[in-house]
Amino acid sequence: MKIRATLVMALRALRRNKLRTALTMLGIIIGVAAVIAMVAIGNGATTQVENQIAALGQNVVLVFSGSVTQGGVRAGWGNAGTLKIEDAEAILREIPDAVEVSPEVRTNAQVGAENQNWYTNVQGESPGYFEIRNWQFAEGTSFSDQDVRGATKVAVIGATVVKQIFGADDPLGQILRVKGVPFQIVGVLAAKGMSVMGQDQDDVVIMPYTSCMKRIMGVTNIRTINIEASTPDKIVPVQDEVTTLLRQRHKIQGDNDDFNIHNQEEFTQAATSTSRILTVLVVSIASVSLLVGGIGIMNIMLVSVTERTREIGIRMAVGAHGRDILLQFLIEATSLSSMGGIIGIALGIGASKLLSMFAQWPTLVSPLSVVLSFMFSACVGIFFGFYPARKAAALDPIEALRYE
Amino acid sequence: MKPVIELQNIERTYSSGEVEVRAVRDVSLKIQPGEFVAIMGASGSGKSTMMNTLGCLDRPTGGTYLLDGIDVSKLNRDELADIRNQKIGFVFQGFNLLSRTSAIENVELPMLYSAKRLNTRQLREKGMAALEIVGLAPRAGHYPNQLSGGQQQRVAIARALCNEPSLLLADEPTGNLDSQTSIEIMGVFQKLNDGGITIVMVTHELDIARYTTRNIVMRDGQVVSDTAVRDRLYATEELRRLAEAHHAVQLTS
Repeated sequence: MKIRATLVMALRALRRNKLRTALTMLGIIIGVAAVIAMVAIGNGATTQVENQIAALGQNVVLVFSGSVTQGGVRAGWGNAGTLKIEDAEAILREIPDAVEVSPEVRTNAQVGAENQNWYTNVQGESPGYFEIRNWQFAEGTSFSDQDVRGATKVAVIGATVVKQIFGADDPLGQILRVKGVPFQIVGVLAAKGMSVMGQDQDDVVIMPYTSCMKRIMGVTNIRTINIEASTPDKIVPVQDEVTTLLRQRHKIQGDNDDFNIHNQEEFTQAATSTSRILTVLVVSIASVSLLVGGIGIMNIMLVSVTERTREIGIRMAVGAHGRDILLQFLIEATSLSSMGGIIGIALGIGASKLLSMFAQWPTLVSPLSVVLSFMFSACVGIFFGFYPARKAAALDPIEALRYE
Repeated sequence: MKPVIELQNIERTYSSGEVEVRAVRDVSLKIQPGEFVAIMGASGSGKSTMMNTLGCLDRPTGGTYLLDGIDVSKLNRDELADIRNQKIGFVFQGFNLLSRTSAIENVELPMLYSAKRLNTRQLREKGMAALEIVGLAPRAGHYPNQLSGGQQQRVAIARALCNEPSLLLADEPTGNLDSQTSIEIMGVFQKLNDGGITIVMVTHELDIARYTTRNIVMRDGQVVSDTAVRDRLYATEELRRLAEAHHAVQLTS
């Protein structure tokens, strides 16, 4: 018997019971739509996180100062003040693959101009910092190495600070008081948005680290050293070399390092693994819906076989083989589940588009998830349709014809 | 001439638990091409089992059944299905049309399971030709629930004819029909039989059996009488007589 004729027959049978067909497909539709949408949301989140990590900078290695214990209270990384400016200079000097190095100090301070004021992050960096973080300027330029050497009172400000202090006015060249010390604004940074941790990266005032250490904080130690490796595959060698160098300089034996070193990859992994775990979790819940949908199909197919016993008898009487009947019911179950799959895919794509449109969630429909969930739903039909179909094929024609 | 049906010592025993029921016992008979046979008997006489055996829906437990010269008593399920498809046309008491399926599609059904691959156009042509024979071509697109009982039975006959079988088997074909429609259906059978088709029909109505040419009576699984029909009825005449009677009633009232 021709496959095409069987397919037409199966579709006709499904069309006869539109409501039942629709309800049976619903389980598969919901399952597939959920899988597609969840994978899209998961992918979108992962991509966003990756972009945020990329915004962290290029090939970045970060060295944090060690922790300090004061009267039994241990402070976090970066507070011990074990890193010195000389360490940063040594890294730049002795490690050729460390192409940019920026010593960093950080504090929070009240800043103000005219009659406005704002409490913000104040960072001391070298001019190389903007290169390391891949941070563009909206206006003006960075301070220079000259400014670092002279501890000049110049600063670069982020978009949030501009908005809070200057509003619509042009901040370039204006004076910003940081803890009462007047700084001249030489540059405005392009907006970078939220960090991976959800902090506003644009809420910042950046000045030469020397200026920050001497004029604002009054410290001699630095908190962090930002390092840019020349290429992505130099990240790990640079990390190792920096570790060795700092151990030498700090005369450390064993592994009681007074500093802490991380690279960008580690941040990426930490951040993406969270969203990946979430995706796996939601997708496995959605798969349960597919399974339940499959059982629904089996149930309806069993009912259908019983209901159509007489029809099966007629078909057998006029010459249908058992395998013709098997094929007919199998194709019916499979078209049921595949149609559910297709509708589910459309619905899932639609839902993720709507989410990104209205809830501003980044979504990315992956073609692989579309193909896989279609194949999975087709297989659900074959798997759960097989038992009812075999039951139909095994019917005795005489019994089936007599069935009321 | 080679007989269409040749039964040699056919036995059919059902064993349900410890009780053995011999539904058909040692039946031997021959039916020649062009015969129109009625098998009669009370319920439990074994005529239904006989019908199932003749229709290759069931296998005899003993004896040999030659259908069109082929020994079908030893064939497996699929081979029997092919024989039913190619050699036998079924007409049932309850019509047994597929519901929500148009008349023409019902007629095409056996051809879909045929080993001969016909394209859609050929299917439609042969189906329409069969409907033409039973006079239902104008209603090809109608669904069974839009047709009267007699019309449904005609569709069923067209379905039985479409694969040009050597044997038409009818199981109480008039059982669900009123007397006038029954005569009309017998008329269709007589016309087909005149055209050379062999027909075997199971019935328990004596007057219906009189439209055939040979009556076989069964009792307790055995053939107790096998006679040619004398004073055979002809559907065309009977219908004319009915119409006249009807006319007369209208005149008198």
